[in-house]
Amino acid sequence: MLPVPHRIERVRRETRDTFTLELAPVSGAAIFSPGQFNMLYVFGAGESAISISGHPGRPEKLVHTVRAVGVVTRAMRKLKRGDSIGVRGPFGAPWPVDLSEGRDVVLVTGGIGLAPLRPVIYHVLANRNKYGKLVLLYGARTPADRLYTREFERWRRRPDTYIDSTVDAAGRDWTGNVGVVTRLIPRADFDAANAIVMICGPEIMMRYTVAEMQKRGVSLDRIFVSMERNMKCAVVACGHCQYGPHFLCSDGPVLRFDRIAGLFGKREI
Amino acid sequence: MKSAGDRNAGLSIIEREELGTLIDVLGARGYQVIGPVVSDGAIVYDRIASLADLPEGLTDEQDGGRYRLKQRDDRALFGYVVGPHSWKKYLHPPRIRLFRAECAENGLRIIDEEQPQEKFAFIGARSCELHAIAIQDRVLLDGVYPDAVYRARRENLFVVAVNCGTAGGTCFCTSMNTGPKATTGYDLALTEIPDPDNHRFLVEPGTALGAEILGALSSREATPDDETIAEQSIARAVEQMENNTRRMDATGIRELLLDNLEHARWDDVAQRCLTCANCTMVCPTCFCTTVEDTTDLTGDHAERWRRWDSCFTQDFSYIHGGSVRVSPMSRYRQWMTHKLATWIDQFGVSGCVGCGRCITWCPVGIDITEEIRAIRGQINGCKA
Ligand SMILES: Cc1cc2nc3c(=O)[nH]c(=O)nc-3n(C[C@H](O)[C@H](O)[C@H](O)COP(=O)(O)OP(=O)(O)OC[C@H]3O[C@@H](n4cnc5c(N)ncnc54)[C@H](O)[C@@H]3O)c2cc1C
Ligand code: SF4
Ligand code: SF4
Repeated sequence: MLPVPHRIERVRRETRDTFTLELAPVSGAAIFSPGQFNMLYVFGAGESAISISGHPGRPEKLVHTVRAVGVVTRAMRKLKRGDSIGVRGPFGAPWPVDLSEGRDVVLVTGGIGLAPLRPVIYHVLANRNKYGKLVLLYGARTPADRLYTREFERWRRRPDTYIDSTVDAAGRDWTGNVGVVTRLIPRADFDAANAIVMICGPEIMMRYTVAEMQKRGVSLDRIFVSMERNMKCAVVACGHCQYGPHFLCSDGPVLRFDRIAGLFGKREI
Repeated sequence: MKSAGDRNAGLSIIEREELGTLIDVLGARGYQVIGPVVSDGAIVYDRIASLADLPEGLTDEQDGGRYRLKQRDDRALFGYVVGPHSWKKYLHPPRIRLFRAECAENGLRIIDEEQPQEKFAFIGARSCELHAIAIQDRVLLDGVYPDAVYRARRENLFVVAVNCGTAGGTCFCTSMNTGPKATTGYDLALTEIPDPDNHRFLVEPGTALGAEILGALSSREATPDDETIAEQSIARAVEQMENNTRRMDATGIRELLLDNLEHARWDDVAQRCLTCANCTMVCPTCFCTTVEDTTDLTGDHAERWRRWDSCFTQDFSYIHGGSVRVSPMSRYRQWMTHKLATWIDQFGVSGCVGCGRCITWCPVGIDITEEIRAIRGQINGCKA
C-alpha cells in the first residue's frame, strides 16, 4: 500500500512542540472512525503513525495533530501550507462510539493523547441526544502544553458536559488544578454503572486510571485503552506493533481492557 | 522403461540422471531453478544449472551451535537436512525497494515498484519447509492486505519436495507434525533411493502441473518393492527423531507460555542469549521487517527500502522515550512466546515447524525444545 500525496491546506501551531495539519483529501472525502490513524510520509524522512484528530462528520478535511519528537515528526513540523505529504490509511480499531450510545462517555487523557480522542468529542456533540454525559478529564505537563485551549473552553462552558483539567507543574498565575489526572476521577460526575471509559496516555497513567475507575465501580469490559508500540507497516506484516497476540495496527490501537488485563502491567511485553 | 509422455499420475521411478532432465525441463519452461549447493562449508540454496551443482555424497552433522559437513559412503544427492538458508530468502526477500519518491514542482510523487512476476522452481524442499511456506502464506497473503512482493514471487512457484531419509541432529518435525514426509504443498515429491547399483528416485506428483512435468521425463511405474524401500527410508528418519531427546511436547503450549510470562527460566536463558538475532534470520517462518528511507545527494529523489528485522534488536520495540523491550529476557520471551503461543492466536497455527535451524545456528546452542521442557518443569537443573 503506497502513500498518496496530499496537499497541506493549513498548519496550525498548537503548543511549543505540537501542531495540526489540515489536508485536502484526495478522494474529496476522508471517511474514518474516531480513533483510527494514518501513516504520514514525509519525503525522504520516513513515515509515522498519526491519529486522525478531525471531525468524523466533516470528511472534507483530513486533520492530524502531531507532536514533534524525532526524525519524522520534526521533519513534519517544517512543512508549510502548499507542501505535500504522503498518506496511507485509515487503519486500526476505533473507539467504541457505537457501544457508548445511551451511556455516559468518560474520556481520560494526557498531553497529545487528546488528539486521538477529539473525534469522539465531536461525534458525541454532533449526536448529542444519543449519549449521556460527556466527561473529559485532561492532564498536561504545564499550562502551555495544553492542546486546543479555545475549543476546550467552549466544551467546558456547555451545560451538558463535565470537563476538568490539571497540569503537572505551573507558575503562580495558574489558578487551575495541579497534580496527576487520576486525581480528577473520584469527583467526576458520571454514572459508573452506565459509563464507557476511554483512556489515552502513557501506560503508567492508564494503569492508575484503570485502578481509579475500578474503585468507582466501572467494570473492566467497559474500559478501553489506546496502546502504543513501534509501528512500521500498519498492514499486519512488519511484526513491530505486537502486544501479546494483538497487532496494534489492526486489533488496536484501541483495546478493550479486560482483553489485555493479563498482559497490562507486566514489564516489557 | 516407459518413454517420456506415457505416464502422468501415480508413483513413478526416475533414474538419478533423470533429475538433471527435470532441471533442464524446468529451465526450458522459464523457471529460475533453485536448489541446495555447497558454499563455505554449509549447504545453502542458490541457482542451479545442472545435476552437478547438487551436493553429492554429503551429509550434515548438527547439534546446538554446531554444523559440519561430512562425507557419506554413497552418492546421495539429498543426504543431509536443512542448512542456514531457507526458501524465504526468495519469496520474502531480505532487502527490497518498496517505492521511489520525487519532490517535483507540483509536489510529492510516489513511484510504485513494479514487482516482476518471478518464476521460481525449488528443488529439494523438505516437508518442514513446505509447512513454513504455508505459514508465511497465511501471514503475508491471507490477511486484509496481501503483500505484493511475496505474492509476485509465490504465485508461479514450482516445488520439488524431497522426503527426508535421515533426520538431522536438531530436527524435531515429528513433534510439530510437519514431516519428515511431504504431504502437501508440492508439485512433485521425491524419495531418494541412493542404492549404488540402482540410484533412483520415487516420484509422486502433487499437482496437475507436477504430473505434466513428470510426463516430460523418462520414468517407469514404481514397483511395490520401490515403494517399500522408499517408505523404509522415511521411517528411518522418523525413528531417528523418536530416539532423539530433542522433542517438543506441543500440547497446551500456548497456555503454558502465556501463563508463565514471569517464569524464572526466562532470566536463565537471558544469561546465555547474546541477542545476536541469528535464530530469527535462519527461521523459515520469521517474517518481521523494518523500513529505511533514503534521499540522494540532490535531495530530489527518495527511496523506501524494506529489510528483514529481528525482535532480538533493541530498536525493534523503540518508541519515543525508549525501547519497550530493553532486557534480553524480554526479547527472548517475545520471540519464543510469539513463535509458539501468540502465533496460534494470530494465524491459527504454530510458528515453529521443527526444522532445528535456530538450535544449530545459535552461537551458544540455545535449544527451543529444552527451554520448553524447562518451563514445563521437566528440567530441574542443579539444586544444591
Ligand atoms: C496508533 C498510533 C497513533 C499515534 N497517533 C499520534 C498522534 O496523533 N500524534 C502524534 O504526535 N503522535 C502519534 N503517535 C506517535 C507517533 O507515531 C510517534 O511519535 C512517531 O512515530 C515518532 O516518529 P519520529 O521519527 O518523529 O521519532 P523517532 O524517535 O525518530 O522514531 C524512530 C522510529 O521509532 C518509531 N516510533 C517512535 N515513537 C513511536 C511511537 N510513539 N509510536 C509508534 N512508533 C514510534 C517509529 O517507527 C519511528 O519511525 C501515534 C502512534 C501510534 C502507534
Ligand atoms: S523456531 Fe527454530 S525449529 Fe522452529 S521453525 Fe523456526 S528455526 Fe525452525
Ligand atoms: S537464542 Fe541464540 S541465536 Fe537467538 S538471539 Fe539468542 S544467542 Fe542469538
